[in-house]
Amino acid sequence: MSEYRCPECGYTYNEQSGDEFEGFSPGTAFVDLPADFVCPDCSVRSKDEFERVS
Amino acid sequence: MSGYTAALKSGEAIFYQDKKRWLWLMSIVYPLQPFLGIWLYVKTGTEAWLLLSLALSYIMAPLLDMILGEDENNPPEEVVLQLDADRYYRFLTYLVVPIHFVSLIGIAWFVSTHELSTWAFVGLAIIAGLASGLGINTGHELGHKKSKLERTLAKIVLAVPFYGHFWVEHNRGHHRDVATPEDPASARMGESIYRFALREIPGAFTRAWTIEKDRLERRGSSAWNTNNQILQSMAISVVLQIGLLIAFGWLMIPFLLIHNIFAWWQLTSANYVEHYGLLREKDEQGRYRRCEPHHSWNSNHVYSNLVLFHLERHSDHHAHPLRRYQSLRHFDDLPTLPNGYFGSYLIAYVPWLWYRIMDKRLLALAHISGDLNKINIYPPKRQQIYARYGRPERLQPVVIEEPQAD
Repeated sequence: MSEYRCPECGYTYNEQSGDEFEGFSPGTAFVDLPADFVCPDCSVRSKDEFERVS
Repeated sequence: MSGYTAALKSGEAIFYQDKKRWLWLMSIVYPLQPFLGIWLYVKTGTEAWLLLSLALSYIMAPLLDMILGEDENNPPEEVVLQLDADRYYRFLTYLVVPIHFVSLIGIAWFVSTHELSTWAFVGLAIIAGLASGLGINTGHELGHKKSKLERTLAKIVLAVPFYGHFWVEHNRGHHRDVATPEDPASARMGESIYRFALREIPGAFTRAWTIEKDRLERRGSSAWNTNNQILQSMAISVVLQIGLLIAFGWLMIPFLLIHNIFAWWQLTSANYVEHYGLLREKDEQGRYRRCEPHHSWNSNHVYSNLVLFHLERHSDHHAHPLRRYQSLRHFDDLPTLPNGYFGSYLIAYVPWLWYRIMDKRLLALAHISGDLNKINIYPPKRQQIYARYGRPERLQPVVIEEPQAD
């Protein structure tokens, strides 16, 4: 289980906890997020721009 | 006056004072200006005073922007964290939320308890709408933040102009699609503001609803759910506006109708001038490149920025949407509006004048240099624009064709 961070605003997606508000259940792998996923907080950075932090 | 100290990379200590610190109070006083006209009417009995607010926004503000000019000062990056953490600035954005309710309810009370000429009634309904349009600006600043309090306040203040879908639409839709033909909230070259409004207002609502519906479906619920961010805000709008109807009678029907339309029109005006003709290019995979400062029209005009929580420093805002208003920066060589927003709106309301001033500015931008392929063009005007400015050698693929021209 890894964490991925938006380099613009610091939003972090944690695969273990998912993102309840966005409807990504715990355990959802980052790679399984929709292809058109953009940062839910800033909408500036797309999925492939997220940085793996752990 | 408080200030901030920080150390440069060189080790040198710097001290920064925000000269605009107290001037930001203007952003919370501005929605109350209709009451100045009402007070003068009560004192003198002259109904024309009721329209004072229109003169303050559309004559005085553009003149002050011309006279006071622009301010290109930026806070040093080293103090921005402290500046952002200073609770005074965010407290102002909290404080203005009830002021928007006071503005609408106060004007509604006044028009329903005084014998007014029809023109004065309509004028005050428009003025109330323009004041609530400022509420969308407040909701904009609050809605971009991560804290639950600020996001909740955004939804509450957006209920005043009945524009509860803005939070979803703007943050999740407009910021994602900005400066592309797919964005209903980015104006195209050759598109009049009136044509734009007919695309933007329904397009923004549809996009917001789709985004929110998708989110709720991922959570396993339908869009018609109490967790729907749009419906939450709109429920407050319904209570507020039905409450006004019950309290002040049938006159509230035309009053609120005009109020709502002009509040939305205020946002339409801002959206129109903010990205007119600008286009993000696509990368090798066919995806739009990231939004950069040159994808928004910017204005550093002091006065109108002070009454709009720095909204006009729009280039930095779109490149860095979570940056707080007090920290937004000027950059060199940005697309620059000819006046602050209020003056620019006036130009936009006369389409031929807008094209005359802005099309030249658009084509002259460094990243465009006259290349029409790098401009977001209104499809029905494409041939006309090519005929006027020269057909580009490499034709831009036509993404969206619309049947009607102006």
